[in-house]
Amino acid sequence: MSLREVRLSTTPTSEAISELRLGDIVYLDGLMYTAREGVYMRALEDKANIPMDLPSQSAANFHCSPAARINPDGSFEMGAVTATASFRFRKWLPEWFEKTGAKIVVGKGGMTSEDYKGYFVPNGAIYLSTVGYGTGALLGRGIENVEAVHWNDELGLAQAMWVIKCNKMGPFIVASDLNGDCLFERENAKIAENIDKAYEGTKPAVLKRYGETDDRSDELI
Amino acid sequence: MINIDLIQKTAEDLMQKAAIEIPDDYLGGLKKAAKDETNELPSFVLNVMLDNYEAAKEDRCAMCGDTGVPRWFVKLGNEATVEGGMFALEKALRSATAKATNGVPLRPNRVHPLWRTDHNNNVGIGAPEIEYGFEPEGEWIDLITVHKGGLFGTDYRMLFPSDGIQGIKRFYLDSLMAFGKRGLACQPAIIGIGLGGSKDACMTLGKRASTLRTVGSRNSDPKIAEMEDEFKELGNSIGMGAMGFVGKNMVVDCNIEVGYCHTGGLPMSVHAFCLSSRRAVARIFPDGRVEHRTDPDWFTPYQRRETIEWEGVKELAHEPS
Repeated sequence: MSLREVRLSTTPTSEAISELRLGDIVYLDGLMYTAREGVYMRALEDKANIPMDLPSQSAANFHCSPAARINPDGSFEMGAVTATASFRFRKWLPEWFEKTGAKIVVGKGGMTSEDYKGYFVPNGAIYLSTVGYGTGALLGRGIENVEAVHWNDELGLAQAMWVIKCNKMGPFIVASDLNGDCLFERENAKIAENIDKAYEGTKPAVLKRYGETDDRSDELI
Repeated sequence: MINIDLIQKTAEDLMQKAAIEIPDDYLGGLKKAAKDETNELPSFVLNVMLDNYEAAKEDRCAMCGDTGVPRWFVKLGNEATVEGGMFALEKALRSATAKATNGVPLRPNRVHPLWRTDHNNNVGIGAPEIEYGFEPEGEWIDLITVHKGGLFGTDYRMLFPSDGIQGIKRFYLDSLMAFGKRGLACQPAIIGIGLGGSKDACMTLGKRASTLRTVGSRNSDPKIAEMEDEFKELGNSIGMGAMGFVGKNMVVDCNIEVGYCHTGGLPMSVHAFCLSSRRAVARIFPDGRVEHRTDPDWFTPYQRRETIEWEGVKELAHEPS
């Protein structure tokens, strides 16, 4: 098996999405916006109008805040871009899909197969993971232009909604497909088969912690 | 007396170097990992990381978009004096942090924990952290900046003497497993282990073990040095690699630092530095010389001393290159 390389539009056809397989290497073309907790809260909880036409302009949501600045003349300087861990955004994503028609979520570490099957697949969406993590400089090369930054005054640079124009931006790895299968869970399962060997001879700590028992009436000794 | 403007200028340079240039020792470790990795996915990941370091240097762009939480370690020789005193020094380091955040640019990661206020410059209450160390002789000041990630890969546990080495191994593996899955720890990384001290000191020891020691360095206690080798191998035997994919490389190196602790306890911390291992160091002399290096050389014999008096080597062993 060798890794397959794919160019994908950020406003992809459903055929293009359905052809993706776990572990494919993807490069993106087109507009992509960043949205994480700040944007989700503002759009979904505060009901602010999303300042883009979604999904016609972009169906790609990047869990990212860039290393960037806004110059005094209003232009943007974006250096490295790297994803942030996605699992924290689970609670907002179902509504976000509904509202924005996103088909591609790009982030760090993926979600669970339960999440994929629950609301990615029904919305025809897949998850792309950044590589590394921390290929910020390479991803920066794939940014043809920074088109806009929305809600900077309200959310600050790190949480604002950045709109970037991608030109062969990548690499990303397909971490979920339209079956709702999860690349990371597949790998975890293989690793789990050998864990006992690494742990051989070690012993549990004398003093337990909550979390190692779910019964709060338990003593930890 | 060391010129304060030179301190600030050097601090700005260090902020940029840390964010952009991968330290040679870590790069060497990662290249070796990339060569040894036989599994397709982590092998791809490691090679892309190596390309990324080149791209960052060529484009003078931060290696990673999450530029971590910049902080400072300052070491002074006993005879060092800073123009304007320690107040001026702290102001210079805070200014350099803010200026580099806007200049490189870095991501303004630092926010108020409750109100999420962001000054957009990585400066705020207690940020950047500035920690100090001293050496018994010298007129120089060492500035060390470390941009460590701030979320995953670190844990603390109060173990006890009866937990012993097998308990230490267990908590080490637990930490690697907990943060290695899906690659949250951004491995393969330099893993630092702190053993002993009080709770806060234990965390500090582990953090310094991961960020202030280089790949290939070994603790001066030969038995601890052996443990470092053993723990490196143990971490790489889990079968987990880059991004949590099935692979061979989880730990580029394992550094252990110890401090005397309560007789009843064995506190332990584990810290993972990341795939960008951002650190940069410079020594500034009163005559205006600035010597850059990437080895913080923090853990000198003096830092690890056990005695009341100090009659050991007064000069740092390290010869800046």
